[in-house]
Amino acid sequence: MTIPSETTAEPTAAIAPAASGGDLVGRSPGQLMWRRFRRDPTGMISAVIVLLFILVAVAAPLISLLYGKDPYTTYGQDRPGLLNDFGFPLLPNGGISSEFWFGIEPGLGRDVFMQLVYGIRTSLLIALAATVATTLIGIVIGIVAGYVGGRTDYLIGRVIDVLLSFPSTLFIIAFMPVLENIMVKPEEETPVWLRAAALITFLTVFGWAGLARLLRGNVLSLREREFVEAAKVTGASPARIVFRELLPNLWTPILIQSTLLLPALVTSEAALSFLGVGMIEPTPDWGRMFLRGTEVYTDDITYLMFPGIALLIFVIAFNLLGDSVRDAFDPKIRR
Amino acid sequence: MLRFLTRRGLGAAFILLIVAAVTFFLFFAVPGDPARLACGKVCPPETLVQARHNLGLDQPIFVQFVEWVSGIFVGRDYEELGHCPAPCLGYSFVNREPVFGTIVDRLPVTLSLTVGAAIIFLLFGVGTGIIAALNQGKALDKVASVSSLIGASVQIYFVGTLAMYFLVFQWQIIERPRYVPITEDPIGWAYGLLLPWIVLAIIFTANYTRMTRSTMVEQLSEDYVRTARAKGMSARTVVLRFALRGTLTPIATIFGIDLATLIGGAIITETTFSLQGIGRLSIQSVNNDDLPMLMATVLLAAAAIVVFNVIVDALYAVIDPRVRLS
Repeated sequence: MTIPSETTAEPTAAIAPAASGGDLVGRSPGQLMWRRFRRDPTGMISAVIVLLFILVAVAAPLISLLYGKDPYTTYGQDRPGLLNDFGFPLLPNGGISSEFWFGIEPGLGRDVFMQLVYGIRTSLLIALAATVATTLIGIVIGIVAGYVGGRTDYLIGRVIDVLLSFPSTLFIIAFMPVLENIMVKPEEETPVWLRAAALITFLTVFGWAGLARLLRGNVLSLREREFVEAAKVTGASPARIVFRELLPNLWTPILIQSTLLLPALVTSEAALSFLGVGMIEPTPDWGRMFLRGTEVYTDDITYLMFPGIALLIFVIAFNLLGDSVRDAFDPKIRR
Repeated sequence: MLRFLTRRGLGAAFILLIVAAVTFFLFFAVPGDPARLACGKVCPPETLVQARHNLGLDQPIFVQFVEWVSGIFVGRDYEELGHCPAPCLGYSFVNREPVFGTIVDRLPVTLSLTVGAAIIFLLFGVGTGIIAALNQGKALDKVASVSSLIGASVQIYFVGTLAMYFLVFQWQIIERPRYVPITEDPIGWAYGLLLPWIVLAIIFTANYTRMTRSTMVEQLSEDYVRTARAKGMSARTVVLRFALRGTLTPIATIFGIDLATLIGGAIITETTFSLQGIGRLSIQSVNNDDLPMLMATVLLAAAAIVVFNVIVDALYAVIDPRVRLS
């Protein structure tokens, strides 16, 4: 069951129709959340922007087809007259033209627009996978720690302490070469899936602890509530208590946390790529665009602008969306 | 208080030991051979064995770890390099310098970067937060919330590089960031680090503005603030002596985390501005397979986090006398 709070019995939704003689309309917390969310223009606009990014990621091959270019061909090197002898675009502003909308990548001469469009795919996929994994592990461990309590809780608490004290970025940078040393023979090249899987794993390993600690706290207070006690007295199995009594009351913090987690992971992935342990060539990736952009910025600042501004818009939209989701779920919290 | 500090200190030491052990075993357990690196390009088998022996790599990993830990407290003796006094973190595989000395050399850079930026973002963030809370819903509040949203969403490697491009190279308003010891030239020290400080402040301020604003809004509607107002206290006293005190706890929490993260190695910032601090050192030691150096930077970063956790928890009791340390 879900705790009936003041928020679920919103006066405007439930009482007003009754006063005017209409029927009482029962609405689930989800419906109420959606109604509140729809009335929030900032939330709606940011949701549209986020959806747009996802749409671009999904439709990348279609965009590539219509645009007539792909992210791998080195146009600048194949065709003379695009790059100068030092590998920089001849045209001003990074070689922006009607043919190359966002210009040409310095050096390799690939199309920047296509790099950006396909780059969303990589960044989003990795961040999404890591978010899902982090959330699942965080839910399971948080509930176990809070519900079982005792020695299990103590042990999990210490593991979380250690993980939160770990310098995670440094550790990932240091351990990535070690991992490749183990998994890949020296004469072979590192497969792309290995890097992607390693990134997702590392981000997850260091990511779940925060959510687990938060949910543990929530479960600790929920465990003592009457409705859980009532369920126990009526002989409900632990599985029933966890899934039917506890979990429905945890969806709000879980949803809020994961909406805020996704953009954080997108930027983490970009930061790791920027530090050289992210995705490898030739997979298009925003983080690697940053790395290349900071290498050549004194000669070609335009190349850095595109991933920079795109990531900025994405993160702002997602942060605003996260705030709006929180407001919609819990209008009592004022930011 | 003393009991609290002892208990938490022991807990912190335990966490550090675990972090060190995990890092140590993961890195020493891998096939890559640091002795081969120390031995040089052309490496005859006998020399390799000798190099391995000199680095202590011919011993079981567990023994190596115990020696490494005891070296921190009582020092170690190396056959080739002689005695390494206590806090001994070993010798670098690459240049055979004592690791502890290198850390001591690099730490001032990172500390200067952190302290300067922290002063700016703490004062500025809390200040704008208070102003926004006092002007709730007005234009000033909106400006503060929009700019903190942008600040919170922007990346150091993007703003930092843009700042370098425009301010340093295009318009030449400021020189390339560099580190001058404060003991040598305090003005040069501040001037050399001004750009990184501002860029770090742009990113970190946002959090403080939001946190201060939201807690301040809550505090201002509390009964005790109303009482203070009713007693005829000036607005300044009410805000600064009463309401601000209530906002200090969450601010202390994030300030502790931010300081710890920065001291543990502002990797991205130092890379962006090419400052030779701990963050750069850690990246360089990864690239050089310099395990003793890497261990030291990992330990330092973890130590910064656990130490600041204890400090922040102890501070809670100072800020709010109702908090009882346990």
